[in-house]
Amino acid sequence: MAQVEKRESSAPAPAPLEWEYAPAPEARDVVQLEERYGLFVGGEIVQPQTGEWFASISPSTEETLFEVALAGEADVDGAVGAARDAYENGWSGLAPSERAKYLFRIARILQERSRELAVAESLDGGKPIRESRDVDIPLAAAHFFYYAGWADKLEYAFPNRTPEPLGVAAQIIPWNFPLLMLAWKIAPALACGNTVVLKPAETTPLTAMIFADVCRQAELPPGVVNLVTGDGTTGAHLVRHDGIDKLAFTGSTEVGKLIMRELAGRDVRLTLELGGKAANIVFDDAALDQAVEGIVNGIYFNQGHVCCAGSRLLVQESIYEPLLEKLKRRLSTLRVGDPLDKNTDVGAINSKAQLEKIRELVASGEDEGAEIFQPECELPERGYWFVPTLFTNVAQSYRIAQEEIFGPVLSVLTFRTPEEAIEKANNTPYGLSAGVWTEKGSRILWMVERLRAGVVWANTFNRFDPTSPFGGYRESGFGREGGRHGLEPYLRLE
Amino acid sequence: MPDYTRRVAKAPALVGGFVLPSGPRLPRVGSVDAVALEERAATLAKRSIKRESKVQALRLAVRMMDLTTLEGQDTPGKVAALCSKAIRPDPVDRSVPSVAAVCVYPSLAGVAKERLAGSGVRVASVATAFPSGQSPVEIKIAETRAVVELGADEVDMVIDRGAFLSGRYAKVYDEIVRVKEVCGDAHLKVILETGELGTYDNVRRASLIAIAAGADFIKTSTGKINPAATLPVTLCMMEVVRDVYAETGRMVGIKPAGGIRVSKQAVQYLVVLYETLGREWMTPDLFRFGASSLLNDVLMQLRKEKTGLYQSGDYFTID
Amino acid sequence: MTRVSVRKTYKLYIGGAFPRSESGRTFEAESQNVARASRKDARDAVRAARAAFPVWAGMTAYNRGQILYRLAEMMEARSSDLERACSGRGEVEAAIDRVVWYAGWADKLAQVLGSSNPVAGPYFDFTVPEPMGVVAVLAPGEPPLGGLISRVAPAIVGGNAAVVVASETHPVAAIEFAEALATSDLPAGTVNILTGFRDELAPWLAGHMDVNAIDLTGADGGSTELEQLAAENVKRVVRSSADAQSPWEISAFLELKTVWHPIGL
Repeated sequence: MAQVEKRESSAPAPAPLEWEYAPAPEARDVVQLEERYGLFVGGEIVQPQTGEWFASISPSTEETLFEVALAGEADVDGAVGAARDAYENGWSGLAPSERAKYLFRIARILQERSRELAVAESLDGGKPIRESRDVDIPLAAAHFFYYAGWADKLEYAFPNRTPEPLGVAAQIIPWNFPLLMLAWKIAPALACGNTVVLKPAETTPLTAMIFADVCRQAELPPGVVNLVTGDGTTGAHLVRHDGIDKLAFTGSTEVGKLIMRELAGRDVRLTLELGGKAANIVFDDAALDQAVEGIVNGIYFNQGHVCCAGSRLLVQESIYEPLLEKLKRRLSTLRVGDPLDKNTDVGAINSKAQLEKIRELVASGEDEGAEIFQPECELPERGYWFVPTLFTNVAQSYRIAQEEIFGPVLSVLTFRTPEEAIEKANNTPYGLSAGVWTEKGSRILWMVERLRAGVVWANTFNRFDPTSPFGGYRESGFGREGGRHGLEPYLRLE
Repeated sequence: MPDYTRRVAKAPALVGGFVLPSGPRLPRVGSVDAVALEERAATLAKRSIKRESKVQALRLAVRMMDLTTLEGQDTPGKVAALCSKAIRPDPVDRSVPSVAAVCVYPSLAGVAKERLAGSGVRVASVATAFPSGQSPVEIKIAETRAVVELGADEVDMVIDRGAFLSGRYAKVYDEIVRVKEVCGDAHLKVILETGELGTYDNVRRASLIAIAAGADFIKTSTGKINPAATLPVTLCMMEVVRDVYAETGRMVGIKPAGGIRVSKQAVQYLVVLYETLGREWMTPDLFRFGASSLLNDVLMQLRKEKTGLYQSGDYFTID
Repeated sequence: MTRVSVRKTYKLYIGGAFPRSESGRTFEAESQNVARASRKDARDAVRAARAAFPVWAGMTAYNRGQILYRLAEMMEARSSDLERACSGRGEVEAAIDRVVWYAGWADKLAQVLGSSNPVAGPYFDFTVPEPMGVVAVLAPGEPPLGGLISRVAPAIVGGNAAVVVASETHPVAAIEFAEALATSDLPAGTVNILTGFRDELAPWLAGHMDVNAIDLTGADGGSTELEQLAAENVKRVVRSSADAQSPWEISAFLELKTVWHPIGL
């Protein structure tokens, strides 16, 4: 069909084009792995009193990277004690302007060590280096920088109030954005004058342990930040400890409810950032090629291990076919593989358990009658992988349209009118995020008003910034992280 | 006779000249989100390709090049020299292929034809009151007829941006149709001059008008306006071409021109092309670079890949 | 001849009407027979509140402010009834003034509690407060009117609908207040008032899956079970004091919605 016929040329006929992206692995040697990582308590790396250690596995190779301490009740008690001690003997009495400078120092050191942290994050958690390099680590540093500036300005954030720190903040974070979630938790807590005991996720402790070294380099007073690694039991000890004044949790709705019950009747301030099942709504007047990018970024970013992932695509019926065609085509260009390769779009699934959960839900989708699409894709032999997946013919009642999969799996549904889109989007107990794609400004605002979600991305998706409050409605949790609003959970407003 | 009054609704016939093509429908005009488009282009620009692929990409870039001189000071001598360079870009390395075409002003098309005869390198001439396009349509048609008679294999016309920006899309369409009529066998590249269109939405709209009117290639720029070709604007045009292909099966060529000066940029364009339109478009038949200084940088890179040494411009002929 | 007065029957206030308890029960408080709401009355009240929520929240903030001001006018008109039901003139005046104070907040909340967020990229980003939906309020035992107003006014000014369990020992003020509500143009169901035994009603509200938040200010002490029930649907649990007055009392009943949009041509 080409309008141009082949020209005769004096040069020999060119060989068929080879078009290969180079394996462009980020050098691993920027990270000096230790054999074992102890707990960070009172400014020191200490051995766990349990005497127990567990292996941290690289999800992309299944190799054991290092061992990490399993903190028990006594270890948690020691960490809370160290945090209390640091709070009462120094940190709470420190001038806010000096507190700020420690946070600025941390921000700077994170920037300086960003390459190392990015490689560590991808190695330990399986996310593509492109994301850890361009999203996780820069945002983590930005978070510290942003909240550093608040430390000595709190009285301007809450006029006519005297903001006071709460005391010891216990914080439990998930494995999907290990260092970034640490920053979301620690930066505002310290800026407000609290001290911290943080439990990194079981499968992704590495960047937290490097962060311990960052605290050392920043000469942060001992005990202001304490890190207890471990599994769910460690988290439970932390929740039950009677020395905490505040608990911040990011994780599943199921565990969030358990924590809420556990803390019932106790004077512990609580914030929860839980699951989601976000609707990403595309109207027929949307900029389609960019909507496709947004859909892909919405669900395949970080292998779909994102609580605010746009896992339910709602497409206006009048544009369904061309959009699906574009989407499938784009899916086929996604590069799945070595997280340390700069050309990789989709990395490894974080753990074997998560991979099994994804497989189980995908199987349920097929059983219930949804039509599956997976692009042809070569996967590495070792490691935990899942091909980016798209389901069509999905009914609102299917499990894949209701439950959080937390993997690279998109369910596609259709709608006819804006009212129907809202009805379907809100038909979930969750309320974390939503996406709207339309060129019509008034329709965006109409949708924004009606979507029950803490974050609405219009003509974009999965954007984060330290200045921008993030958090859920309904069963997606309560409290906000980021922005001026992110200070409130760490303050007593007298 | 029914009891109609003279004011009963009656639609006029369609405006002459602005007839939508029948057959497979063209894609809806749609719109473009600038931020996401630019981000996609930036992400693709960060891709790194294999060394062997890179050498192939650079050789392909040479074969895709419309080696261009469009200056008031152009002379037959200058054009003759450029033609030699086009046929044998690197006299030292005979494995380097010829470029696709030499692109000149109408008055020099004859010189180029003579110098390129039998080489396989094509003669491209600008036309239609390049670069502004601000002339009566009869003059544009006459000019096109003249360059075709002088032996141009390809005609690079400009759209009437004044008409486009004042909303007279039918005039823009009509002119392209009429120029196309006199092109005969010569291929028609339609220059949108994206740097003057203001928005990506306009680039998309102008691309569709040009394609509907019969453009064989759509081309970003004259090279006389800043910004000329950019990665996002070219991506935007590729997306239009992809939509047209999906709807009609017609393969339209794309030519970014102006501002592409170094090899790295050329490779980035090829990455975007590959990711957006795929392997089928990776041919001089469907993709061209409009450039002048790019060629030597590509030659230097190819030599560097061969020798392992960083190169100096002194070892490459200027034209 | 002395005239025999027409006595008031103290009933519930649900969906803008004054029904008796569906159980037919009453209890004696402050020398009156007061309706003793059942769990089914609580369920009906939540249903009424859910229906009223989009109506109330969908009004302009200016309109909500005017209606709350109208409520203050109605309270002023009934001040002698209200005085008899609480500690007296001082409490009534303070309560009316508090309603006026909160009425003025309706169209200022977004400006004080919201923000525009200067993100590092080509996006406009803003955060607006929004109502949560249905809020259950356990009114403080005392002061009878002041405690009730201090909790209900901040709960509804931002657009929520409320189901209130009145003070068990001083329920009459709540019913008198309901009469002011009923004449104030507040959409029916926006505030629903249940009188009865708190221990009977509170668990049903705390566990109700269609209630978005619960104010336990009036749950003196033993609220562990209620908080556990609240976890069923991750309810927002609010706790404050019977006399607090500030915009943060309102914000405790609000969600925050952050919106992003690219800036480009």
